[in-house]
Amino acid sequence: MRQQLEGSRAVAEAVQRCRPQVVAAYPITPQTHIIEHLAQMVADGELASEFVSVESEFAAASVVLGAVATGSRAFTASASQGLLLMTEVLFNIAGLRLPVVMVCANRAVGAPINIFSDHQDSMALRDAGWIQLYVESNQEAVDTVIQAYRIAETCELPVMICMDGFFLTHTFEPVDVPEQEAVDAFLPDFHFARTLDPAQPMTLGGGSEPDNYQEYRHAQHQAMVSAADEIDNINTEFTQSFGRDYGGLIDHYQLEEAEVVLVTLGSVMGAVKDVVDSLRGQGQSVGALRLRCFRPFPATHLVAALRNTRRIVVLEKAFSVGADGIVATELRAALHNAGVAIPVESFIGGLGGRDLTLSLIEEVFRAASAEPSANCRFAGLNSLPDDIPIIEET
Amino acid sequence: MDSRDPFRHNVLTSGHRACSGCGEAMAARMVTDIIGPDAIYINATGCLQVFTTHNQQSSWQAPWIHSVFANAAAVASGVEAALRARGDDTPVIVQAGDGGTFDIGLQCLSGMIERGHDVLFVCYDNEAYMNTGVQRSSSTPHAVRTTTSPPGRLSEGKHHLKKDMISIIAAHQMPYAATATVAYFPDLKAKVEKAMSIKGPRFLQVLSPCPLGWDHDAAQTIQVSRLAVETGLFPLLELEHGAVTGVMHLAQQRPVEDYFRLQGRFKHLFGSKGGIAEIRHLQALADARIQRYGLLDTTTDWNTDTASQVQRHGRGGYSLDRQEDSQ
Repeated sequence: MRQQLEGSRAVAEAVQRCRPQVVAAYPITPQTHIIEHLAQMVADGELASEFVSVESEFAAASVVLGAVATGSRAFTASASQGLLLMTEVLFNIAGLRLPVVMVCANRAVGAPINIFSDHQDSMALRDAGWIQLYVESNQEAVDTVIQAYRIAETCELPVMICMDGFFLTHTFEPVDVPEQEAVDAFLPDFHFARTLDPAQPMTLGGGSEPDNYQEYRHAQHQAMVSAADEIDNINTEFTQSFGRDYGGLIDHYQLEEAEVVLVTLGSVMGAVKDVVDSLRGQGQSVGALRLRCFRPFPATHLVAALRNTRRIVVLEKAFSVGADGIVATELRAALHNAGVAIPVESFIGGLGGRDLTLSLIEEVFRAASAEPSANCRFAGLNSLPDDIPIIEET
Repeated sequence: MDSRDPFRHNVLTSGHRACSGCGEAMAARMVTDIIGPDAIYINATGCLQVFTTHNQQSSWQAPWIHSVFANAAAVASGVEAALRARGDDTPVIVQAGDGGTFDIGLQCLSGMIERGHDVLFVCYDNEAYMNTGVQRSSSTPHAVRTTTSPPGRLSEGKHHLKKDMISIIAAHQMPYAATATVAYFPDLKAKVEKAMSIKGPRFLQVLSPCPLGWDHDAAQTIQVSRLAVETGLFPLLELEHGAVTGVMHLAQQRPVEDYFRLQGRFKHLFGSKGGIAEIRHLQALADARIQRYGLLDTTTDWNTDTASQVQRHGRGGYSLDRQEDSQ
């Protein structure tokens, strides 16, 4: 049944349907509404879960680590500074191969402190060993939470669902939260093989040395690479059960015979689709591709989807300071490795909650059609005199 | 029970890599042997984790997990929450050194106690970062030589006092907290057993000499830890709901010099004018502790009734009797 729900409320209801036994929470804007809704559900007896209100995000990550190691399904959410405070534990969760699921309500990282959305927080954790799924809409956030538990528990890997703060978390949209019975049928009970249990004592997190550490890391990489197929399969199975399809690893729009393709992540895809429609209406053959799964990086899927295009522009809300856009860099490597010589231009924009407007996105498409540039460019810089174009060469 | 020894559980079994005379290995063996294998153990990073789980080998015959340095109390909170969610009352035990308790782990520990998790937190206090090669911690006593508090032309060792951890713990008004040491096994055993009989957050600080870091003879671990108590520098206490409810009285007070002379970490204090002044200062600290806790009084009347009135009940609360269980 479709209801008009705030994104955070919709996510909380999806989490509730997944029946986590432990929820650990520490407040940070724009994630707070998610944990507030969960706290209310526990208080009202609508969610049979231990709600642990911790003293920091570092502890929140540690609580879900302990809970999952004890065989419970668990949930936490954070963003920005909080996510970075969790960093040490998030690497540890991944190394221990614990199927933790969390939501990152994407927010900019200070300084300067800024509560609004971009992707720098989760992108900074791209090497932590977590599966990262970026969602476009609140409906996708709901459905991805449900998929995430299946993915995590199948692959014994942690999953981070990245949803844009405010743009999604605080926005009301019509959302269908699946019925409990349907979720129960899709998501079996959690049985963890390495549970801390006196009946079968196990040592988790012991020391390693140069003669085997690399093998652990290799195994972790292999598990992550293999997870791509599981994410695809679980998406397909989800589509069969619930009728909604997000393309698994990548989602695309008007890619057929597109000469210029804009690649992006997250909620901005909605606006990008409108711009594609408008430019197509003017006779330009443009298309768009949304990276739903950033880790594992779906290199072969991207190359297959993009190999017939002439120009690629990446528009992303995070970058590696002093280097380039992160997705742009990885996409160039993927194309190069496949022997595909298509120029990839890198645009950074929407930082700290700056709107990526239709005209700005159109500007990005247009700049891509002009002379290629090797440098990343910032879309929408406005602290400059009025006569300077909105797309500025760095 | 271990088949080789019907009187022991051997939760921490032989073959680990602790140094000879290691007070922490001794303390951990005593504590885990009393608690037994039907518990879940969470370990902070530190010597105990390093010497018991080396390269795909483990000395633990009970479920055991190590995550990172600072988060043992928070991991334990998660383990306990998971058990509570399914009505499982398997005991949850944290083991950490003084770094993982007094310093980097203090925030998680305070949170764990405040939320009333049913966890016993055991701190093996060897008064410095021994695993990384003897650096000062906030548990290192005043004037002690470590690699980051070296005596020199301008210094007599560590400049700051040992953090009064048990008072910080007491301020949380938790059901039970105690100090103990490897020199008094019956006392340690009674305190572990008492802690295990109580529900809610509990804390045990076990002074565990480190022959390497304290620079004493490996055969004198017990003697050194006994002198820490007999000088009044490390009082053996029990606290319930924040109030002192028991102390181990001293038959007579030993001068702090007797304790210092066995250890290289105090050696620089002997023979210099500044050093003698430091010894007098440390003697005054020991005297103050003896007075504060009435260690030489034989008639101290600890008011246990007042302490036990401060029980908390309800969800997330705890009561004195483990059998009662929470509502």
